[in-house]
Formats: sequence, C-alpha cells, structure tokens
Amino acid sequence: MILQTLAFYLFAFVAVASGVMVIVARNPVHSVLFLILAFFNSAGLFVLIGAEFLAMLLVVVYVGAVAVLFLFVVMMLDIDFIRLREGFMRYLPVGAMIGLVLLAELAVVVGGHFVAPEFGGFVSAGPVTADATNTEAIGLLIYTDYVFIFQAAGLVLLVAMVGAIVLTARRREGVKRQKVSDQNARRPEESVEVVKVPTGSGV
Amino acid sequence: MAEIFTDTIWPWLVFIWPWIKIPVLILVIIVPVLLSVAYLTYWERKIIGWMQLRKGPNVVGPLGLLQPFADGLKLFLKETVIPSGANPIIFLLSPMITFVLALVAWAVIPFDEGWVLADINVGILYLFAISSLGVYGIVMAGWASNSKYAFLGALRSAAQMVSYEVSMGFVIVTVLFLVGSLNLSDIVRAQAGGIWNWHVVGILAPMCVVFFVSTLAETNRAPFDLPEAEAELVAGYFVEYSSFPFAMFFLGEYANMILMAGMTTILFLGGWHAPFPALEFVPGIIWFALKIAFVLFFFLWVRATFPRYRYDQLMRLGWKVFLPLSLAWVVLVAGIVEFTGG
Amino acid sequence: MSHITRAVWSFALSELLTGMALTLRAMFRPKATLNYPYEKGPLSPRFRGEHALRRYPNGEERCIACKLCEAVCPAQAITIEAEERADGSRRTTRYDIDMTKCIYCGFCQEACPVDAIVEGPNFEYATETREELFYNKQKLLENGERWEAEIAANIALDAPYR
Repeated sequence: MILQTLAFYLFAFVAVASGVMVIVARNPVHSVLFLILAFFNSAGLFVLIGAEFLAMLLVVVYVGAVAVLFLFVVMMLDIDFIRLREGFMRYLPVGAMIGLVLLAELAVVVGGHFVAPEFGGFVSAGPVTADATNTEAIGLLIYTDYVFIFQAAGLVLLVAMVGAIVLTARRREGVKRQKVSDQNARRPEESVEVVKVPTGSGV
Repeated sequence: MAEIFTDTIWPWLVFIWPWIKIPVLILVIIVPVLLSVAYLTYWERKIIGWMQLRKGPNVVGPLGLLQPFADGLKLFLKETVIPSGANPIIFLLSPMITFVLALVAWAVIPFDEGWVLADINVGILYLFAISSLGVYGIVMAGWASNSKYAFLGALRSAAQMVSYEVSMGFVIVTVLFLVGSLNLSDIVRAQAGGIWNWHVVGILAPMCVVFFVSTLAETNRAPFDLPEAEAELVAGYFVEYSSFPFAMFFLGEYANMILMAGMTTILFLGGWHAPFPALEFVPGIIWFALKIAFVLFFFLWVRATFPRYRYDQLMRLGWKVFLPLSLAWVVLVAGIVEFTGG
Repeated sequence: MSHITRAVWSFALSELLTGMALTLRAMFRPKATLNYPYEKGPLSPRFRGEHALRRYPNGEERCIACKLCEAVCPAQAITIEAEERADGSRRTTRYDIDMTKCIYCGFCQEACPVDAIVEGPNFEYATETREELFYNKQKLLENGERWEAEIAANIALDAPYR
C-alpha cells in the first residue's frame, strides 16, 4: 500500500510540476515536451486507480498522436520571443478572465463533491459486475447509458475533420498526378517495342 | 563448499528473493533480447549479403560470429560528439527514450504459457502505446541535433509513424473482435490447436499482411526507411550521433524490430503454439523464437528486395489503401462475429 | 489477361512475390565475393598502381632527368632536380612523388622516353601516416627493384599494342 502512495505522490508531483513547466518554459518545444510528461504521469495516475484501459488510451491518443502533431507544428514554427512578449499586457485581462472562469468551475466541481456527495449519484456506473475488466466496464457504460453522448462526441470530431479537409483540400489545374492503377495496368506489350534496326538505316 | 551454500547462501537467497525477483526476471528477458539484437545485425548483413551474391561478414571469429561484438566495441570506444548548436539534454535524452521504450515493451510479451513478466489485461494496448511513443525518440533527436538533415528525417518519421499507427490500430481491433480480450496470453490461447487456428489463416489473412507492412513503416525499415534515407538525408535523424548514443539508437531500433516481429507472432502466428498438435512436445518458447525469427527473416528479405518508397507513395499507401482496407475489415469481422456469435 | 484477373493478381501482391522469389533464389546461388586478402582479382598489364623507377640490367638507372614527367603531371605531384654526375652523364639528384597528390593517370609513364618511371601492379601500399606517402628517389628505386620482374613482364605484354 505504501508503494502505491509513494507512486501516487511521485506521479502527482511530476504531473503538476511539468504542468507548471508547460507555461513557464521559455522554449515552446520544451513546453510541449513537458506537456507530454504531464500526460504520461496522468496515465500513471489512471493506472493507480485501476483504470488501465483509460491510461493506455491516454498514452496512445494524446501522447502517441495528438502531442506528436503539437510537437510537429511547434518545432517548425520560428518563434520570435520578443514579439511574443509584446502583446502580453494586452492579452493579460482576457487570459486572466478565462483562468478565473476555469478556476471557478473547478471550485464548483470539487466543492460540490464535498457539499453534496450524493449529488454525484446521477452519473451512476452502469450494470458492471465486479469481476469485469475495466475495458468491458467502460464499454458497457459507453454503449448503453452514454451512447448518444458518445456518438455526439464522435460526430463533433467528424465535423471538425471534414471542416479541416474542406478548408485545405483544393483541386489545382494542370497538376500531374501519379495514377497507380493506370501504371499497374500497363503491360510490356503496349509500352515497349523491340525494333531490329538494319545497319546504316534509322528506325 | 556445498555446506556453505546450503547453510549460508541458500537461506539468504530465499530471504531476499522477493526483492530481487523482478530485477532478475527483467535481466532474464533483457539479456537474451539484447543478444538477439546483436545477432539480428549479424544475420541482417549475412542474409542481405547472400541475396546480393555476397558472403557477408566472415572474418571476425568463426563464420564472422563475433562481428556484432567487434562492432559494439568499436562504437563504445569512440568519442561522444555533441554538436555545438545542439540542445545537449534533449540530444542525449532521445536515444535513451528510444532504447528504453524498445525494452519496456517486453514486459508484457508472453513467451510461453504463463511465461510473462506482467500479464496485464490491456497488454495489446500497452504494446501499441509503447510503439506509438517510439516516435518521440526520433522527433526529439531530429530537433535537438540542430541539423537540417536530422530535422527533415524526424519530420518524415513523425508523419510516417503516426499515419501507419492508425491502420495498425484497426488491424489490432479486428484481432480483438475475434479473440474478445486485450490480454496477450488470451490472444495466443485463442489460436491453440494447430496452424489452421492461427489468425494468419482465414478471414484475417489480409490484415496480417497489412499489419506486417505497417510494422515495417513503424520501425522505419526498408522500403519505408525514408527517415534515414541515406541518399538524401545522409542518415536522417541520427546524422549527428556517434558512439554510445548512436549505439543506443541502433540497439533500440533493432529491439523494436524484434518486438514488432513478436507482436506479429502473437497476433497472427499463434504465439507459442506449435503449428501441428503432434509437435506440441517442443517447448513453446522455442516455437515463439522460431516464429519471431521467421518474421524477422521477412524484414530482412523485404529490405533486400524492394527499393525505397517515395514519400507521397508512402502516405498514399498508408491513408488511401491500408486505412480503408483495415476499416472495411473491422466492419466485416464485426459483422461475422455478430452473426455467428463469435 | 483480362482486367479482372489482373486486378486479382495485383491484390494477391503477385508482383511483390515475384520480386521476393528472385531474391530468395539469389540467396542460394554461388557467391561472387572474392576473399580479398587471400584471393585477388586479375590485373591488366596496363594496371596503374604504385610508381617505380627502373634500372637498366647493368644496374644503371634509366632516368635521364628530362623532366617530361614533371611537366606532364596534371596533379604536379612530381618534383625533379638534376645535376651532372662525375662521369658527365645527366642524372637526377632528387626525384620525389607526392602519392597523396597523384591521380594515377599514367601520363608520367607515357611521357617517359626511356621507360624509367612506370606505374607498377602494386596497389597495396597503404600507410599509417601521410609522410610515408611522400616518395623520394630511393623509395622509388627500391620499388623498381622489387617489382622489376612484374613490370618488365607487363611492358612486354603491352608492347604489341603500342
């Protein structure tokens, strides 16, 4: 048990510390790397509370794919730190407001848990038997009680994806494209001609 | 001598065994893996040599068998060069990440019935997660080297590995539909009873091919070795590396190859099971090793045969061929499992 | 072959399998490798390897210090100094070849009117230091003595084509 506690504090501390480093680090690439470390430690926390499926998904989706794309973009940006600082005072009120709103929401959630613990009851766990693995448990919940929310989330992502494709895909005229099926359909007979050239005369 | 052992050493061993058990087991797994990595490099040079009508290494030791150690010694004795413009922490961190990731994944691999360090329920997801983390070692190396070639190699590699992970994920899902478990041992047990029960035979056969080709792309092997395309990018993301960091990249990459071969074996080739029930008397670990060797031979064979893909062709194959195919197969297999009751 | 059979074949990856069968067959064919330090490939009599200064059979050195080789050398690797010898004949006092500059074009041996400077069949003269590759007259004459038999045989073999 003591090992679990130690592991919890380790993961929690590193997660919070790297969360702080995300906003403190001067180099944006370092920020993203700290963000990844934070994700990773949250995955560790998930494992500790027995949600290994969620932990693995967090690593696969956020660390393995989303953060890679972050890193990809940030690495390619040529960021001028001085110009970045210029607007700091101008954006401070907006940023502070958003931060406050988030803080308030967090306080409401956590406070709600302490003030009225029974209120959390409506997000009841589904008909999960004790011996089910948590993959099955999460599946049973997602595809029964929360199927509409789940599908709606999927739809939002689909719309976002279609939107991104529509914005970037454009058909350009006069572009030579490789048509693999045409290339595969070509046979030696129709593309190569073997000619016997008599000496002294052209083809 | 015997008395000393029974009187002094043995009780102590029994006493500390619970503490040293896990480290000992880790060593029992990692040492053979690293040894196989060494000999994988040897066999790679031998087999590609044979396929190109050459002999391959044959000078160091009998049949050149000591060649990997000579190479390793050479690498360790060299000087570690850190480029002046590089970011030294990330520069040295990334080979370690690659190396460590290639080794931690072995924790969940079932070598035989019950021979597994951590028999976790989400084993296949763990493997998938670890292999998807592999891209960080490469991207960080490319960025930290502060070199155009390394950076281009890293960018290519990031896009390539993320793309092929998608179809790999769907292929894994098709297998999971048939097995109904994410536990690697369960996946192997579902293929017991002979070669006709292996997933490679039957409805999942095309998925096996897709998976194998995706693992080639995932491990940056020929014909998808664009990240290190030596003709254009010198050596891609590890141009700036030398000596021990380079060795760690190298070991990590090859350990990853073996891991991917192991994953293919577990998912499609029946893990530790013998191909015919009559051959079950041979220990499972031997079958497992033989199958991994077979898949690895394919890795080398493909490298000796095919030219490198162009980058747009690579992306086309990943997104326009493999992704729709594996998606269609997910639907197909799901339908079959639903209507036949799995 | 109709389009359908073609499509079926290409879905069965027939092209890839044909290619892989080829490499698999090559794996079992006899190997073309020469076991180099123990086996060596044949050399043409015209092979241009390490330089040598030859002597006449009576022991007199051939070189007459005409400096044609020095003049023709495109890499300017040859340096010659000449003086009159006690017996009145014109001979070199210095004949240096910088082997790190030499491009092994063979112009020196073509220019030589007396077949004194030649490029012999030796190609295994790697050294551990750069300085060892700055050949002087003594080294070149020693080379000539060591390789005389091969060089003479090569010149005789090539003579009909000149």
